[in-house]
Amino acid sequence: MKPAPFDYVAATDLSEALDALHDGGSDARVIAGGQSLVPMLNMRLARPTTLVDITRIPELSRIEAKGDQIVIGAAVRQATLESWPDLADRLPLVRAAIPWVGHTQLRNRGTVCGSVAHADPSAELPLCLLALGGTVTLRRRRKTRTVAARDFFQGMMSTDLTPGEMITSVSIPARKQGTGYAFREVARRHGDFAIVACAAIARPDGSSALTVGGVADTPQTLDLPADTTDRDDRLNEFAWHLQARDDLHATARYRRDLVRRLGRTTLKEALSCRD
Amino acid sequence: MKDTATEPLLGRSVERIEDAALVSGRGQFIDDLPVATGTLAVAFVRAPHGHADIKSVDVTAATRAPGVAAVITGQDVTRYIRSMTVGVKANVECWPIAVDRVRYVGEPVAMVVATDRYLAEDAADLVEVDYSPLTAVVDPVRALADDAPVLHQSLGSNLINERRFRYGDPETAFDAAPHRIGIDVTYPRSACTPIETYGVIARYEPGEDAYDITANFQGPFSIHAVVARSLQVPGNRLRLRTPPDSGGSFGVKQGVFPYMILAGVAARIAGAPVKWIEDRLEHLSASVSATNRQTRIEAAVEADGRITALDWDQIEDCGAHLRAPEPATLYRMHGNMTGAYDIANVAIRNRVVLTNKTPTGLNRGFGGPQIYFALERLMDTIARQLGLDRLDVIRRNLVPADAFPYRTATGALLDSGDYAAAMARAVDEGGLAELYARRDTARAEGRRYGIGFACVVEPSVSNMGYITTVLSSEERAKAGPKNGAQATATVAIDPLGSVTVKVASVPQGQGHRTVLAQVVADKFGLPLDAVRVLADVDTMRDAWSIASGNYASRFAPAVAGATEIAATRLRDKLAKVAASQLNISASDVTFDAGRIGAAQNPDNSLSFARVAATAHWSPGTLPDDVGQTLRETVFWTPPELEAPTAQDGINSSLCHGFIFDFCGIEIDPDTAEPRIDRYVTMHDCGRILHPAMVDGQVRGGFAQAVGAAFLEEYAYGEDGSFRSGTLADYLLPTVMEVPEPVILHHETPSPFTPLGAKGVGEGNCMSTPVCIANAVADALAPEGDAPDIVLPVTAAKLAPLIHGEEPEPKEPVPETKAEATSGGRKLTGEGRALVQASREDVWKMLLDPATLDAIIPGSHGVQKVDETRFKADVTLGVGPVRGRYKADIELSDLDPPNAVTLSGQAVGALGTGGGHGRVTLTDTGDGTEIAYRYEAEISGKVASVGGRLLDGAAKVVIGEFFRALARHCGGGAGNGPIARLRELLNRIAKGGRT
Repeated sequence: MKPAPFDYVAATDLSEALDALHDGGSDARVIAGGQSLVPMLNMRLARPTTLVDITRIPELSRIEAKGDQIVIGAAVRQATLESWPDLADRLPLVRAAIPWVGHTQLRNRGTVCGSVAHADPSAELPLCLLALGGTVTLRRRRKTRTVAARDFFQGMMSTDLTPGEMITSVSIPARKQGTGYAFREVARRHGDFAIVACAAIARPDGSSALTVGGVADTPQTLDLPADTTDRDDRLNEFAWHLQARDDLHATARYRRDLVRRLGRTTLKEALSCRD
Repeated sequence: MKDTATEPLLGRSVERIEDAALVSGRGQFIDDLPVATGTLAVAFVRAPHGHADIKSVDVTAATRAPGVAAVITGQDVTRYIRSMTVGVKANVECWPIAVDRVRYVGEPVAMVVATDRYLAEDAADLVEVDYSPLTAVVDPVRALADDAPVLHQSLGSNLINERRFRYGDPETAFDAAPHRIGIDVTYPRSACTPIETYGVIARYEPGEDAYDITANFQGPFSIHAVVARSLQVPGNRLRLRTPPDSGGSFGVKQGVFPYMILAGVAARIAGAPVKWIEDRLEHLSASVSATNRQTRIEAAVEADGRITALDWDQIEDCGAHLRAPEPATLYRMHGNMTGAYDIANVAIRNRVVLTNKTPTGLNRGFGGPQIYFALERLMDTIARQLGLDRLDVIRRNLVPADAFPYRTATGALLDSGDYAAAMARAVDEGGLAELYARRDTARAEGRRYGIGFACVVEPSVSNMGYITTVLSSEERAKAGPKNGAQATATVAIDPLGSVTVKVASVPQGQGHRTVLAQVVADKFGLPLDAVRVLADVDTMRDAWSIASGNYASRFAPAVAGATEIAATRLRDKLAKVAASQLNISASDVTFDAGRIGAAQNPDNSLSFARVAATAHWSPGTLPDDVGQTLRETVFWTPPELEAPTAQDGINSSLCHGFIFDFCGIEIDPDTAEPRIDRYVTMHDCGRILHPAMVDGQVRGGFAQAVGAAFLEEYAYGEDGSFRSGTLADYLLPTVMEVPEPVILHHETPSPFTPLGAKGVGEGNCMSTPVCIANAVADALAPEGDAPDIVLPVTAAKLAPLIHGEEPEPKEPVPETKAEATSGGRKLTGEGRALVQASREDVWKMLLDPATLDAIIPGSHGVQKVDETRFKADVTLGVGPVRGRYKADIELSDLDPPNAVTLSGQAVGALGTGGGHGRVTLTDTGDGTEIAYRYEAEISGKVASVGGRLLDGAAKVVIGEFFRALARHCGGGAGNGPIARLRELLNRIAKGGRT
């Protein structure tokens, strides 16, 4: 369990990182916290020839409130976000979800954007980003673009990120008045990959949305208009159409059960906590 | 003569001697030990298939790689060793490395020896093994079928041993009993996973033809003989040493021995010392696990629940090879197959089966979890079927207190106990009445809450002869009797009069050194820190025997007992020395507070050190009958451990502790997650030497049992692929999952051990899984028949039982496959792509290697073999996970230009895959719709570590191909699964049907 040889670039500014990514092409990868990438390197599941470490780039290590958007730089650790004083007020959904991201030790190293880039279908932070309608800012040497989360996640561990490109930040819309947020998850053990994770948002007008991770290849959202009278039926249709699969940890049937039941509980909680 | 006047250390929770080093990072584990200059690293090439013939192994490229000293195949190894000893009479070879066939995923196929592990692994990637896959069999019952694939041709079948036993008159008892009650039980595979994996350092001295091997081996040292025989050297040319510390074992590190042989051979071939530290994937896939077992157990039962006979039919799955000391898992419990119960008549049929899974070996509980799960589920079933109180059924069958020592039907001599009293105390002190009240309240509120019980006899100090019960009495007579269990201990005094204790117990954190210091310090009237203890082993220097090591919970009863005897002997001699110096009678000598003196006159005394050192400084002054007081080595084997009788009676263990557990479990109504509300465990382990360590053993066993009950399973696909290769797949309980049990004790000292102590380390691994299962059964079905409970009890298994039938979707759902169970199954999927080209053009492209090469993402070349066969070299993967594969693709069922079936096999460093897919082309007017449906199986590393993500990954990889095809044909919107899902979800959001 030793990685194949690779070059390591400890970039100290963004242009150095972008140059290295450009030069490395499809064989270069960004490394930040390394909580997903390093095990894959050690098992030789991934064999990049260049690793570009972005954790020494000061401008990527900031959390900033820009209007109604919270912008989180690519080198911001999950633990840093977790202890950001405004988290409960500005991003209540993320605050509810972040304790479910692995364990403290993982969050001390792992980054928010790293989790987004990795796009594990069970991961909590991509789920929150998608549920809240966030965006991802991507940079390459001479180009910057911003992609909506729903377009960024393309499949399991597959994103819109192209060779030579890196995430520089994600932007998450801050809490809106009168809106309720709730997060629930079931995993085999605390800190494990979610079997089903649910994020619910209830708006002032009574409409709501349930975003579910851990079932389909990417998180998926069910929108429920204010006048919904057949919520449980729709949850059932939603559960079936996510096309859950069996794996070692849970059956497809159990995942559907959780979408129906945990989904309902999470929606109710969001509706009841609107302020 | 008194032992000591101050308060004895034994029986108190003194601070552990070991911990200062262990908690401050100064432990000396195998990877911490210094190695000789020039020591090389070993990496293994391992089988990606569960069952395959090795057609060839090409080491050319690997041999030329930087830093490589040797690349060694199984064939090479056979030139230096002979097949390892197998514990039954069977025509079968047992090599530590695959020779011409691989029989489990992870089986060693080649070794690379290089200057460091990185280079060794780089070169291991270059070893090219050509396999011819065979049908695998992973289920032991299926392995017995006539048409099952046979693992070892020389055996002719997968049944390597079968024995039937009969004790008393079971047939008559069954005929006479009003009830015959039976259950079938499936016990899965799991293992007690140590935090430190295997490690071996080996050197070979050609001048002496001698091997010097250091391994974090735990014993039993009977394995030394197995290794020496395999290496074809006399025992004195295999020096086996263990490091001072070992990071957990729980039995598992017994299984390092094949690697001791391989490392020895690697050192010999490479001409340099070698070192190998197992990684976690190697450990999970290819160390050892406990056995999985299929059991049918039936009881002849009276109307009041009294059992008059048991009938066992056990099918034991020992994996791909029967490695020493297997089939010991099946026979360790042979003497106590009646558990805590007084049952006179027993029939047993034991079958040992080989399957395409990792070979099995020692594991905490060793055989106990399997039999007690069956026996105690049966007790629960008897109570249910007869409408009796479950505790009454247990009570009516317990061995009575006045019957000890009690000879069981199958030959064990239960040493001591008062089972009914211990149970009554547990019911009272553990608060069973309150637990019943909690259950009543919960049920009244509509919650699912159950209470379970388990009653267990915990054997300790194995009779080294029990495994010969697997032989017939004629075979045993021919081979000569095997019995006993030599424990050794040396107590020595140095010239300054300080005391050293040396045992061959090889602890892995248990605290042996502390307890032995307690024993000896008490004996000599010394403070704890005056006694220094060593417990690691060097077979060329230390006193040891085949029973040495750390297993079968033998430390407290046997090793501490032997130490007690050695210290007593030395003390008695020292008393004589002191008596002559103090001018008193030896019987008046007392040892207290570092002094040896006259019991009646405290002023007449000498320092312990002065008396103790006399034999060094002035041996001529010693009384004639003392000899020396420098060193006392004791070998102790209990007379009760006799060889099996001609009637197959076997006292398989010296001591038998007692455990009675009960627990309350609630199942969450929404998530179906089970939660332990309260767990009470009552132990009688004889005399308690160190209460905190005893409770630590109970907590540790309990934690691993909670893992076995709810989380852990070595999962295999039907193709033999291994699915639990990471600790994200093989789930160990953490502190979050393990509640604090209520621990109670009832002490009845063993009359058979020097200190009255019995083993305690394994009991909860035997009692807790079934206690939890019984509680879950009670929660699911308070009365009548309970559903079959198969471990691990997961929320996913419970959900259908508590939620009932699932609501159907209103709108039909495409491509949902729900047939799979945990573990193995095929990956299936389908997709569509729209391309702006005619069917004929698409058809041509699909059959043209040049076009395929151009459009397949990651293609390094496609070659046409003939009209319907291609060879491709491709890099496939998702996200950062990419691997290069060589693929053979065949086209069949050609229906130009409408449909074709593609079948293929891909082989690469990350594993192997095979599958087939049907592609259909439909004219859409302005282009062609390509629809595909596939079925694939994946094995090897990527299946072992990426099980959770394989389906999605296959979907991405296959989808990528068709998207590339669509792009190649001039755009055309891909209509992949995500796009289609979005469309469906939008429809649901808009109110269902469109």
